[in-house]
Amino acid sequence: MIKISTIFAAGLIALGLAAPVVAQEHQTPQIERQQWSFAGIFGKYDEHQLQRGFQVFREVCANCHGAKLLAFRNLAEEGGPMFSEEQVKALAAEYTINDPEAEGGTRKGLTSDRWPGTGQSDADQIAAFGIVPPDLSVIAKARSITSPFPQWIFNYFTTYSEGGPDYLHALLMGYEETPPEGAEIPDGKFYNHVFPGHAIGMPPPLADGQVPYANEDGSEVPAEMLTAEQYSKDVSAFLMWVAEPHLNSQKAAGFRVLTFLILFAVLMWFVKQRLWRRVH
Amino acid sequence: MATESNLAHNDQPNPGRRDFLYVATAAVGAVGVGAVAWPVINQMNPDASVLALASTEFDLSGVEEGSSVTIKWRGSPVFVRHRTAAEIEEARAVPMSDLKDPETDEARVKEGHDQYLVMVALCTHLGCVPVGDAGEFGGWFCPCHGSEYDTSGRIRKGPAPKNLVVPPYQFLSDSVIQIG
Amino acid sequence: MSSHTSNYTPSTGIEKWLDDRLPLIRFSKEHLMDYPTPRNLNYWWTGGAILTFMLAAQIVTGIILAMHYTPQVDLAFDSVEHIRRDVNSGRIIQATHAVGASMFFAAVYMHIFRGLYFGSYKAPREILWILGVIIFLLMMATAFMGYVLPWGQMSFWAAAVITNIFAAIPVIGDPILQLLRGGFAVDNPTLNRFFSLHYLLPFIIAAVVGLHIWALHVPGNNNPVGVEVKSERDTLPFHPFYTMKDLFAVVVFCIPFAWFVFFAPDILGHPDNYIQANPLVTPPHIVPEWYFLPFYAILRAIDFNFILDSKLLGVIAFGGSILILFFLPWLDTSKVRSGTFRPMFKWFYWVFVANFVLLTWYGAQAPDMKVLGNFTVADTSKLSVLYYFAYFIVILPLLSRFEKPRPLPNSISEAVLKPAPATN
Repeated sequence: MIKISTIFAAGLIALGLAAPVVAQEHQTPQIERQQWSFAGIFGKYDEHQLQRGFQVFREVCANCHGAKLLAFRNLAEEGGPMFSEEQVKALAAEYTINDPEAEGGTRKGLTSDRWPGTGQSDADQIAAFGIVPPDLSVIAKARSITSPFPQWIFNYFTTYSEGGPDYLHALLMGYEETPPEGAEIPDGKFYNHVFPGHAIGMPPPLADGQVPYANEDGSEVPAEMLTAEQYSKDVSAFLMWVAEPHLNSQKAAGFRVLTFLILFAVLMWFVKQRLWRRVH
Repeated sequence: MATESNLAHNDQPNPGRRDFLYVATAAVGAVGVGAVAWPVINQMNPDASVLALASTEFDLSGVEEGSSVTIKWRGSPVFVRHRTAAEIEEARAVPMSDLKDPETDEARVKEGHDQYLVMVALCTHLGCVPVGDAGEFGGWFCPCHGSEYDTSGRIRKGPAPKNLVVPPYQFLSDSVIQIG
Repeated sequence: MSSHTSNYTPSTGIEKWLDDRLPLIRFSKEHLMDYPTPRNLNYWWTGGAILTFMLAAQIVTGIILAMHYTPQVDLAFDSVEHIRRDVNSGRIIQATHAVGASMFFAAVYMHIFRGLYFGSYKAPREILWILGVIIFLLMMATAFMGYVLPWGQMSFWAAAVITNIFAAIPVIGDPILQLLRGGFAVDNPTLNRFFSLHYLLPFIIAAVVGLHIWALHVPGNNNPVGVEVKSERDTLPFHPFYTMKDLFAVVVFCIPFAWFVFFAPDILGHPDNYIQANPLVTPPHIVPEWYFLPFYAILRAIDFNFILDSKLLGVIAFGGSILILFFLPWLDTSKVRSGTFRPMFKWFYWVFVANFVLLTWYGAQAPDMKVLGNFTVADTSKLSVLYYFAYFIVILPLLSRFEKPRPLPNSISEAVLKPAPATN
């Protein structure tokens, strides 16, 4: 019976777990996984990285991309970049929000407002890029990387959920100035070896030294922090937080729940054993 | 059932330990049920996007003397009235004995900002929005059931039991208030 | 309604009063406590409790989600994100519901394959089995419509593809398609009705579960040796023995459930469903949720015309693969219930299980992927479809003519009881 149970269980686990990752195999070439502070069951966002990532997002990405689900207040919330309430209030006030109820139809931004978008119309963006650049609110969960067999089985045990930031980082770093021979890139498109089809409408967005990171006290940051590679990692982490803002508290709750379940299961096991001892 | 007599609980060699196990397990189970029950109920409480609107800032400098504006706070209308000196005087001249819900005018405004009256614009009778500059007391008049309020928003006549409610607010600067 | 009588005697005046009018306590005692259960049930028999728990969990979390969800094409996607972001504990409740669907199906497959191995569908439990198949069908419908509600790309295209199946029906196919969608394409009316039905169906499932348990309590449980209960020595009262064992199993089941909910809530889903539905662009590779893959593979494997058009034929195979389960009690002609005592059946059974897993895998692959040499998924999956049907139509009906079952024990107690315990 035990042997049968084992085979049965093995079969069902395979059955249960087979599909979703296998399904992704057509998307992109093999992409290297990065080390993320929020990976695994003990992972947490690094608020300094999120703050840097926000700076990159604001100064680079947000010129063309929206993030309509991100509210200013989120930036001050626990488990996020943890800016102070005052910083966020001042930040929100820098933006003008369309509000039909306000005098003149616009007003200063409040912390309760959502990210205001680029201010460009869809038509303008299509004229400039050929498409409307996608909203970045959940982009980190709308993209992923392939995990060939048997790697996807291990994913269930390592809780690998960082396919999105891995993909975004690879994409941002995947531009090549001279396309390989045979690759035809239409005018206005750029060669990116990660992007499906390789011809991407987004110009290479990041360059070394482009975003002037500064320490809180105003002192300079080391030069190795001011690289496109670092910007890319920071903004990918930030976008993961935008897509999954409650990750930290969710994992913390997970530990409490699992501890409880294991304790309760052990107790129930003894209860059940004690009852059944009289029967066997 | 025949088996049951064999399995009756009181024939255990060590009843004390068994009882402890059962009680402990039941207690842990009860904690689990409670821990699940709370989020199930709490999800009905105002969510983060609603709470973000729980306090509103408002710049008073745009409100001219003798006029009022209606703003929205927590989904309800709030009157902000910039009173004239005559209105204030009128309100302060009323003897307490004339009031259904005795309250001084001073207690209904912030010290040093006596000209600004901030009130939740819902009649304390059944929640209609009163009309401004109306009624025989120069304040507000509720069209639903005829309650009348004076220039301090205090109930003077009609079915409403209480004065118009002053929400919690504070002056952030000379001209900006934060309600809530 | 069952073959035993309760030993319940009302002890107080109120109980007596209630017992004469609505014997609720008597009923509960008979069916939840004293119900005589075979003493040899193993952990595969805890599936019923796990499934009842899952149904309750899905209904509770579903009602909560409905309080915050907006079934409108422009708002649905954002309202699900609103739940994840803003609602108190929303991310966890939403993840519980989404992961819960997968866990529910994992449990139901275990339950079904348990029944297949131990012959739980055989007389006198045919109606019990048929009700189970009805529940399975209702679950599939509910899960499918629930998957549409977040209105992501996979949601939309699942709705488009699955409703299109009905267009294969000759003559009335297109009118039925429009009737289901409430339009010429999947759009707002479709989303609205799917929401309505997704809310309704679980309660119908709960009602059929009631019948399923009723139909269980008349003949009583099957058991691992497949010999009917002969005396009270063969049984134990349901409470506390099986209530506590079932509760233990439910708690253990919750451990992987919680693992996914809290640490990898999207790992069983598809990233494309985080892209809002776009009727103008199909994602490059669409797949159903894992629990539909075997049947999806059967649908896709029929890509050839044979008297009928391939599309209709595929739909017939797809529907037939589930409908055939209704006839299983009469297709299996062996008098022996439990696979444990059927040496040849065992082999065919495990091949069937492996074949089913293989179909799941096929369902997730592109049809033109090479499997063996020049043979593609589209080619080799036909063999799996063939075995799936042959198992029911050829193997089970004929097997009993060739198979010599091992000797059965005289009773459950003889099979499982060690020499009489020296207690008492």
